[in-house]
Amino acid sequence: MNSARGPRTADMPKPLLSIQDLRTYFYTEAGVARAVDGVSLHIGTGETVGLVGESGCGKSVTAMSVLRLIQPPGRIEAGSRLEFEGRDLMTITDRELRGIRGARIAMVFQEPMTALNPVFTVGDQIAEVVRIHGGTRKEAWDKAVEMLGVVGIPSPADRAGDYPHQLSGGMRQRVVIAMALVMNPALVIADEPTTALDVTIQAQILELLRDLQKKFGTSILLITHDLGVVAETASRVIVMYGGEVVEEALVETLFDQPHHPYTEGLLRAMPRVGETRERLSTIPGTVPPSTAWPAGCRFRDRCPYSWDRCEKEHPALYQIGSGHVSRCHLAEDPERRAHPHPALVERAAEALT
Amino acid sequence: MRPTVANVAMPLVSVIGLVKHFPIKSGVFGRQTGAVKAVNDVSFDVMAGETLGLVGESGCGKSTTGRLVLRLIEATSGDVSFDGHNLMTMPRRDLRRLRRRMQIVFQDPFSSLNPRMTVDAIVREGLTIHKLAEGSAADRRVTQLLDEVGLRPEYASRFPHEFSGGQRQRIGIARALAVEPSFIVCDEPVSALDVSVQAQVINLLQDLQRDRGLAYLFIAHDLSVVEHIADRVAVMYLGKIVELAKRDDLYREPLMPYTQALLSAVPVPEPRAKKARIVLTGDVPSPANLPSGCVFHPRCQHPAKDAACSAIVPPLELKAPGHLVACIKQTPTAVSWEMQKEAGGTHQPTRYLPVLQPT
Repeated sequence: MNSARGPRTADMPKPLLSIQDLRTYFYTEAGVARAVDGVSLHIGTGETVGLVGESGCGKSVTAMSVLRLIQPPGRIEAGSRLEFEGRDLMTITDRELRGIRGARIAMVFQEPMTALNPVFTVGDQIAEVVRIHGGTRKEAWDKAVEMLGVVGIPSPADRAGDYPHQLSGGMRQRVVIAMALVMNPALVIADEPTTALDVTIQAQILELLRDLQKKFGTSILLITHDLGVVAETASRVIVMYGGEVVEEALVETLFDQPHHPYTEGLLRAMPRVGETRERLSTIPGTVPPSTAWPAGCRFRDRCPYSWDRCEKEHPALYQIGSGHVSRCHLAEDPERRAHPHPALVERAAEALT
Repeated sequence: MRPTVANVAMPLVSVIGLVKHFPIKSGVFGRQTGAVKAVNDVSFDVMAGETLGLVGESGCGKSTTGRLVLRLIEATSGDVSFDGHNLMTMPRRDLRRLRRRMQIVFQDPFSSLNPRMTVDAIVREGLTIHKLAEGSAADRRVTQLLDEVGLRPEYASRFPHEFSGGQRQRIGIARALAVEPSFIVCDEPVSALDVSVQAQVINLLQDLQRDRGLAYLFIAHDLSVVEHIADRVAVMYLGKIVELAKRDDLYREPLMPYTQALLSAVPVPEPRAKKARIVLTGDVPSPANLPSGCVFHPRCQHPAKDAACSAIVPPLELKAPGHLVACIKQTPTAVSWEMQKEAGGTHQPTRYLPVLQPT
């Protein structure tokens, strides 16, 4: 039982969403891909949590698992626990689950063009959500127009009759957000909501998400690879690597004092506006395939500090500070951080070990 | 007049008044009913060994510009010269020979490599076409190139699908380097890569530049990547260069209101930083139906914006040493106040510098 670890403290209210030891495996010809491998996290009411990591770290599969949208050959393994608003999402009926999807938990996807159906008007698509959850045709349409207004689309009554291709990328993403919020859900899972957008449009959409959260008190699970977006939007950050949570902290802590070498590496590898360096530091190598996570620490082959213990023993999530956990043995051997491998520089140059 | 930064040395690449209009055809007879004005009167130089960054949002014409410069697509008008040779009037035969010296690295590492060719064949193709090496000399050259971009020699017999995005981008770079170019157009070379891999590829590009004296036209939408790699930066909006300056000048004191908004919109990975953000309203207008006057005027936040902005096409002019900006409201300007008043202007030009540093 590991429910005591993690940044929850006793006086905190029961979380809105609680994920315990989630394992989502894909049974492929190449072997069992352990895409999500023992993830535990929670989201409180009205909170924005950032879930960050690079391609293949399992962040999107985690989100899909919450809505039980995993298709064969994928499977959520027995022993995984998903609890939302006090209900066990693993054991409820499909009917109950449909009542939750779109109404209590909504999703915003990365690509607004593929998330919208090209042959229906955007008004119809938003209204459909209301109809599915029991609204009349008239109510549904009125609600759709109202939501288009809420997300800042000018002349919403006219735009509701437009097809997705008639709108720009930023406008489409607003439609997708309107669709997600129309039932006033308790939780919105936003999977890379601004990645496909230009930077000036991204700024508009992030501001919209912040405003809407203030207005409706919605919790947001923001999945992104962009640490800048996280810094500006989330209050708490969870970093994933190799199908696991490797670090979790309040956003200021994570950026000021990252503990896990992967988080540290990511922050250093980012070029930043207003700061020029001769060279960017890199994380050598690439993410190992999910069909063959290395034994011990999954980051050790790319880590500048790894030692024999990292090979032998899979690190637990160590408590670093209040609300700060890290899956790294450095927590028990902090002085090793002062002596990174000299070989790292060559490995970075070789980059393909 | 050529709006180029004063420089004694001759530029390696010189682009003057480049225009590309794509026709819009409609009806059964396919008559031309309009044009997408993708690139409109673009001029710049790239010096030998220099990196010129070309930034802008999707649809601004930056990739089209990159392709026009190499004459991969034909320009509607304008001139491009490479090392003193005019590429636009050059016969195809000669152009092919000159292509050895100008290469391109594409954005998408998945579609830019032929899936049915081995890495060896991909890298070797240029050597064979330009008759640079044969037989065992070519073998050695391929091995050496793979080594230079950080790929192991045994990877030569593998196919592109066996590699990750970052590794494929290295293959694309090795292919470009094979013919020993002096100029490479890098069209969003790291946009499809994860942060940690992106840093590896950026460092590789910088090392190669240092070792070989390469010049890059580095096209990207990511302002922080461009700031890291470029010596000078050109900002494009709706087919025009609206600002061109030395890297530090452009990032420290952007003068074009569009650049100011663009820079302020970049999310900073510092949770405590409270930036003054200029959030632009509305979307980028369609390049098939460009706004009159300054193309940015419908979204512009300059306090002196007025009717003159929608009437006068702003020249790309010097506002500070080496700092070209297309804005008639930023002082100094050759478009006099009298001319602006005549065009309906009501606000005198004034230097506008919104706070961009974290406060």
